[in-house]
Amino acid sequence: MNSVPDILRILPEVILTLTGVAVMLLEASWPTGRSRRTLGWVAAAGTMLALWASLGQLALPMGTGFYDTIETSAFTIFFHALICGLVLVVLLLSLDTLPEDCHHQGEFYALIVFGAVGMCLLTGAVELLLVFVALEISSISTYILTGYRKETARGPEAAIKYFLLGSFATAFLLYGIALIFGATGTTQIYEIARLAPMAQNQSLVLAGMGLMLVGILFKVSAAPFHVWTPDVYEGAPLPVLALLSTAPKAAAFAVLLRVLYEMLPTLRPVWSPLLWVVAVLSMTVGNLAALRQQNVKRMLAYSSIAHAGYLLAAFAGLGNSGIAAASFYTAAYVAMNVGIFAVISVVSGYDERLPLIADYRGLLYRSPLVGSLLIFFLASLVGIPFTGGFLGKLTSFSVAMEGGAVWLVIIGLLNSGLAAAYYLRLGLAAAQRPTDEKAMAPVPLVGAAVGAALLFAVVATLVLGIVPGNVFRAAEANAQTLRAPAAQNNTPGNPVVAR
Amino acid sequence: MNAINNSILTMILLVPLAGAVLVALLPDRGKLANWIALGTSLVTFGLTLHLPAHFVPGQSGFQFEVNWQWIERPATFYHVGVDGLSLWLVVLVGLLAPVGVVASWNAIKERRKVFYALFLVQQTAMFGVFLSLDLLLYYCFWELSLVPMAILIAMYGRKNGPRAALKFFLFTFIPSAPLLVAILWLYTQTGSFNFAALQTVIAHGNLGAWPLFWVALAFLFAFAVKVPVFPLHGWLADMYCEAPVALAMVVAGKLGLYSLLRFHIGLFPVQARDAAPLMVGLAVVGILYGACLALVQRDFWRLMAFAALSHLSLITLGIYGLTLTGWEGAVFQILNNGLVEGALFLLLGALYESYATSEIDEYGGLAGKLPRAATFFVIASLAMIGLPMLGNFVGEFLILLGTFTGVSKGWAIAATLGVILGAAYMLWLIQRIFFGPESELAVSKPPEDLHAGQMAVMWPLAAMMLVMGVAPGLWLPAIEKSVRLPQSAEQWKAPAPVAPQSAMPVSPDEEAQK
Repeated sequence: MNSVPDILRILPEVILTLTGVAVMLLEASWPTGRSRRTLGWVAAAGTMLALWASLGQLALPMGTGFYDTIETSAFTIFFHALICGLVLVVLLLSLDTLPEDCHHQGEFYALIVFGAVGMCLLTGAVELLLVFVALEISSISTYILTGYRKETARGPEAAIKYFLLGSFATAFLLYGIALIFGATGTTQIYEIARLAPMAQNQSLVLAGMGLMLVGILFKVSAAPFHVWTPDVYEGAPLPVLALLSTAPKAAAFAVLLRVLYEMLPTLRPVWSPLLWVVAVLSMTVGNLAALRQQNVKRMLAYSSIAHAGYLLAAFAGLGNSGIAAASFYTAAYVAMNVGIFAVISVVSGYDERLPLIADYRGLLYRSPLVGSLLIFFLASLVGIPFTGGFLGKLTSFSVAMEGGAVWLVIIGLLNSGLAAAYYLRLGLAAAQRPTDEKAMAPVPLVGAAVGAALLFAVVATLVLGIVPGNVFRAAEANAQTLRAPAAQNNTPGNPVVAR
Repeated sequence: MNAINNSILTMILLVPLAGAVLVALLPDRGKLANWIALGTSLVTFGLTLHLPAHFVPGQSGFQFEVNWQWIERPATFYHVGVDGLSLWLVVLVGLLAPVGVVASWNAIKERRKVFYALFLVQQTAMFGVFLSLDLLLYYCFWELSLVPMAILIAMYGRKNGPRAALKFFLFTFIPSAPLLVAILWLYTQTGSFNFAALQTVIAHGNLGAWPLFWVALAFLFAFAVKVPVFPLHGWLADMYCEAPVALAMVVAGKLGLYSLLRFHIGLFPVQARDAAPLMVGLAVVGILYGACLALVQRDFWRLMAFAALSHLSLITLGIYGLTLTGWEGAVFQILNNGLVEGALFLLLGALYESYATSEIDEYGGLAGKLPRAATFFVIASLAMIGLPMLGNFVGEFLILLGTFTGVSKGWAIAATLGVILGAAYMLWLIQRIFFGPESELAVSKPPEDLHAGQMAVMWPLAAMMLVMGVAPGLWLPAIEKSVRLPQSAEQWKAPAPVAPQSAMPVSPDEEAQK
């Protein structure tokens, strides 16, 4: 069965690791004082290669490698491609927004790439220990990146907060893994799925699941594990935030899908109501808190909490459709979120000249292009039709409706109505006539790299909103490989052998 | 010809969008954006005229239908078509677009590109609402129509744009959340967003009365806010005060009223019948309340807003009277109202342009200085009042007749009182602006009468008002066909076993009979 060399199953990760190491080495040998942008391009090229490699994995027979610790399936490829695409956008964005005199630029790019290694591994892991290790790899690089503006007070504060709370969360996860190991005697996900229903001590399994959920929900910043989010977002540099608010969450959602739908499908009656509560809490808390924010980053932090809630609503869906909807929403969410952070990075810059919503007044007058992009991504976040945000929300809520969670859908959609208020505040501030044009810093020109990043995000958001067919099919293929390993994978254009 | 018939609706939807993209891509130089927008809207108007020219009045059901799959799950279709109900509304939207462009020709001085691009996107959204036969597609266009509107109000608001924009957006966006829940619920029950299919399923009554009650209520609520119906009109006055003239005239009323007819009464005849007494009551209150408030306004935008509330409530009355006459009158009146509001907005916009105030008291004695504007203003006002020979008379008469015979004499009399009040505030407005002694303002500024472009628009509008008043027979048959009931309206209204599947608008059963 395993005729494929194992190395091919982790090829994207290998490429990313090599890229990261290469960037580090180049940085060390780079002459002092010379621009380090080239290093960023190297990292971007490596990521593109990894993206190509993960799409190339579609041609591999689906299956596991390295003693059943890592898997290649439509599911992993979907998330690999998503994460690699995201990291590419973030790298392009950093290339133009990182100031010339920024310290440790080479390491900055390398850390982003190393983080991507962890996130990719996380989505492919079918062994809980590997999940843990991958989570640590991705977390440690994001902790460092968060505190990158060490000359400010907020940066290190955010990093320390993130680090401490994140360590607690991973400890919870590890404890949960240990309990499940105690109950079933294994840490391999498929084995657990087989053995967990037969475990003698069911309460151990339940406790293990609960603790693991705490760890994962912390990473996706769902309420009530969300308190770190606004502070960390406020302190982190904007290009980092574009990564932080998207890629680790996408990876964590992948793990959540795997743990719940694949590892513990029999416990659905337990986790489904739990996630119902978490979803409602996240949406409501996120939106209500966001309404009161004056700081753009904090507002978007709360908005991301609310979006985690909308996404979790998909978990009320039954089986395949739930997984497909959650995957699709993840794609839509990361596309629009990376987009809005990219726009804000362009407007506000690495050193964050314009922190407040009021500072955005007149943006559409000063720079119609950037202003329109801001409004476009806000519209997607609001859930205006023909954008990814709308279809994501729609699929998520429609599967929840099919799963019988009518109240969840009602609460969710009312919440999204409420959410429109604060997104609109930013959007309308941008559309308002500026009071004093001289008082406002001009918007820097959009460079080629950041232009490409923005274009990528806009196209992705529009494609997800207008012609979502292929992504939908990919998301549904996910569901099939996850739920029923024997099912035929029907990712378009790539007929593949069943596992 | 067949190829054109098959693609005409798609073209109507895409041409404004293409124009918007073109405007957005080309540089913001001089009046380039104006000309592109004007050209696009004229082409679109030409395309919409294809519809009445090739519409077969005798044929029931939807024509020029296109039905392609758009999203696999939830199964959504790009399904568009027109019937007698939407036919003329589409033409009206097409007609008002060039009017809107002309109205903003000089009014919009900065960021023309953004303005015209968004204006054209708004066109697409409006067409989409009238053409969609798939509930989710409809919802998409419905929501989309909010965005350009909100941005433009915020950008070009006269005093407090962002506030009005926020109010407008939230007022319509939040009620559409329950609407989406209701649409999704229908989908999970039936597996379809298709209008005709849903009509059949709901008519067969397998969905349970209680959930359907809530679903119908969600539909009603969302649409009633958009019309607006009496207690939900909070956003209207601010929107009229702040919105650029072009948008106010394009958006006013039509979307909500059409949606009530098509999707509330069309999908939920039983629930609509239960809600009808309430709606009739609210409509009459709205007529009188709007008219009374219009009487005491000092600002002509606000006066127009409350006048609109009054007139839109009259149409609502026609719709919820649930009589064939009333429906015919309502649809006809939506068209008239669109024309008249378009004309009045254009004229008031021109006044505001030259005198930069909307305080009625500051005006006076302009008739001598602006003879053209005064003439057209008087014509449009007379049409609005409902003078015989002009279009509104026919519509109002039909609505009141339907109410008088089909609902109750008391309500009809009360509603007629509103029409009288309507004459009072409009005539008084004319008197205060155009007649009497010349005010300081009128003396201080050099007169700027309507320019050639505005005249080119006003003439056809005035002519249309006259034609619609003299020869309503050109429109009513197509409308009647679509709102016609196989049995008499009276029978349908009877609470006893109804056959709601034969309710208006045209149902699949009727199609089968053909």
